Amino acid sequence: MSLFDWFADRRKGQYVANVKQEPDEGDGLWSKCPECAQVVYLKDLKLNASVCANCGYHHRIDSSERIALIADPDSFQVLNADLAPVDPLGFKDRRAYADRLRESQASTGLRDGVVTGLCRVEGIPMGLAAMDFRFMGGSMGSVVGEKITRLIEESTARKLPLLIVCASGGARMQEGMLSLMQMAKISGALERHREAELLYMPLLTHPTTGGVTASFAMLGDLILAEPKALIGFAGRRVIEQTLREKLPDNFQTAEYLQEHGFVDTIVPRTQLRSTLANLLRLHGCKPMELTSA
Amino acid sequence: MPRRPLLEFEKPLVELEQQIEQIRQLARDSEVDVSQQLQQLESLAARRRQEIFQGLTPAQKIQVARHPQRPSTLDFIQMFCDDWVELHGDRRGNDDQALIGGVGRVGNRPVMLIGHQKGRDTKENVARNFGMAAPGGYRKAMRLMDHADRFRLPILTFIDTPGAYAGLEAEEQGQGEAIAVNLREMFRLRVPVIATVIGEGGSGGALGIGVADRLLMFEHSVYTVASPEACASILWRDAAKAPDAAAALRITGRDLLELQVVDEVLEEPSGGNNWAPLESGEILRAAIDRHLDELLSLSEQQLREARYSKFRAMGRFLEKTSQDVEKAA
Repeated sequence: MSLFDWFADRRKGQYVANVKQEPDEGDGLWSKCPECAQVVYLKDLKLNASVCANCGYHHRIDSSERIALIADPDSFQVLNADLAPVDPLGFKDRRAYADRLRESQASTGLRDGVVTGLCRVEGIPMGLAAMDFRFMGGSMGSVVGEKITRLIEESTARKLPLLIVCASGGARMQEGMLSLMQMAKISGALERHREAELLYMPLLTHPTTGGVTASFAMLGDLILAEPKALIGFAGRRVIEQTLREKLPDNFQTAEYLQEHGFVDTIVPRTQLRSTLANLLRLHGCKPMELTSA
Repeated sequence: MPRRPLLEFEKPLVELEQQIEQIRQLARDSEVDVSQQLQQLESLAARRRQEIFQGLTPAQKIQVARHPQRPSTLDFIQMFCDDWVELHGDRRGNDDQALIGGVGRVGNRPVMLIGHQKGRDTKENVARNFGMAAPGGYRKAMRLMDHADRFRLPILTFIDTPGAYAGLEAEEQGQGEAIAVNLREMFRLRVPVIATVIGEGGSGGALGIGVADRLLMFEHSVYTVASPEACASILWRDAAKAPDAAAALRITGRDLLELQVVDEVLEEPSGGNNWAPLESGEILRAAIDRHLDELLSLSEQQLREARYSKFRAMGRFLEKTSQDVEKAA
């Protein structure tokens, strides 16, 4: 090491030490955009639907924030909140499934990875499911499958349009084949909703992959997506291993899927409610009261 | 001649068979009566084989399920039909070789037969992409099932795939969409659908032709939500833990019967289907006939309702009514 290198190294160290003084996303008041590194006041970020005002980066949001962005104030009626997961296989990898469940439940305040209910969007009644990525990566086990299926059935019975906000790594391996079968169960319920000529729109958010992509995420009459969301069937790493070559940078983004014909429209989150209301109106859905569930 | 000892745990069997063969040879050459010894050895071999195969671990079952000489979709079709006509293409520009289909008569019933097809050797496996179907394969399968629906042909599907193909083109052509549409549309079918896991059932790629009125599974077949290799590398962060994952995922017929995913597990000839393919064909044929008779006695409406209810009931969870909560409080 030359003397010059030694100085350069030393300066680098000091610089890092300085940065640590600045607010980072951990302190609860400020947030740094992972895309453009702009530091913003968290309250301002929330007011802008957790979209970076500088670069348009869509921060991940949880199910309650999502519902608040879509449903008219105080219009959301939750359904089947009391369904809780069990450990049907007695599954244990490096840790027990039961422990992972308890931990996710404690950190999210949810029983499992999806919140379902009925709501109104600019006065128009609609079935709404919001997956929550914080809960074991939004993975789909029996409870997620059952709650979504019940929501679809309820929407069909009430002749309501339906929006499912997808955010999921796919099937929940810890429930084995029971998870895989949720894909079929939900698809069957969607077939009946479709048969009744009702509108179904999935909203694909970051990330939507695996078994969710291979079932309800791709079964929309209209398929909506958030900007830059990762959407795919197989994981990027798996494909790179199969092909042994680099994939295009925009591979499996919402924009890439739209180019290939699998997404109807990409909706910036700040325009989500108005876009949904417009699409609902264009499909003959009208504002009306929602009788309680 | 005994078959090549492809699987580690089959080695003692193959050695026994070789001994038997040697004694036979000896007897032929020297005209000594060895029938008693032979009989003993043969019954010993049969007993050993039964013991070994009854005690297979899930990881070993995967090896049997992937055995290159295990009867494939086309083998069963050859055993069942004299008048089989393969039908090609998804009418969208593709004819996938990993997922094939066609019409033929089973007994005196014309049916639609659809299944994954692996290759026997490297060359054929390349052509068949190791039984991993592309979106075009699933779309071809759906086209053939729609055709069967129009002409009221019962549908038999044969599941034998490591999974749907994961590749750049598959993503571009909508692998997820292709499978998803099959899942939904199979609920619409007005004809009976019987699916059989003849080898390995790999996740969504298997389910894409697996929404059936009856799901049958051979004794040593496996059906997985994710391949144990993938599961191990994700959950254990170590692909070498695949045998642990195979056990934890509950992938065998017996497990899936308990979880009410599978309707019937078909016993295999001693030593697995590859030891006696014709016998395995008869076993499957008899089961299909039996289930078809039952299903064909239902009206189209009843059939669809029953299919919906069957999948509707899948899953395990706890439902706390407000009363329970009060009790707990």
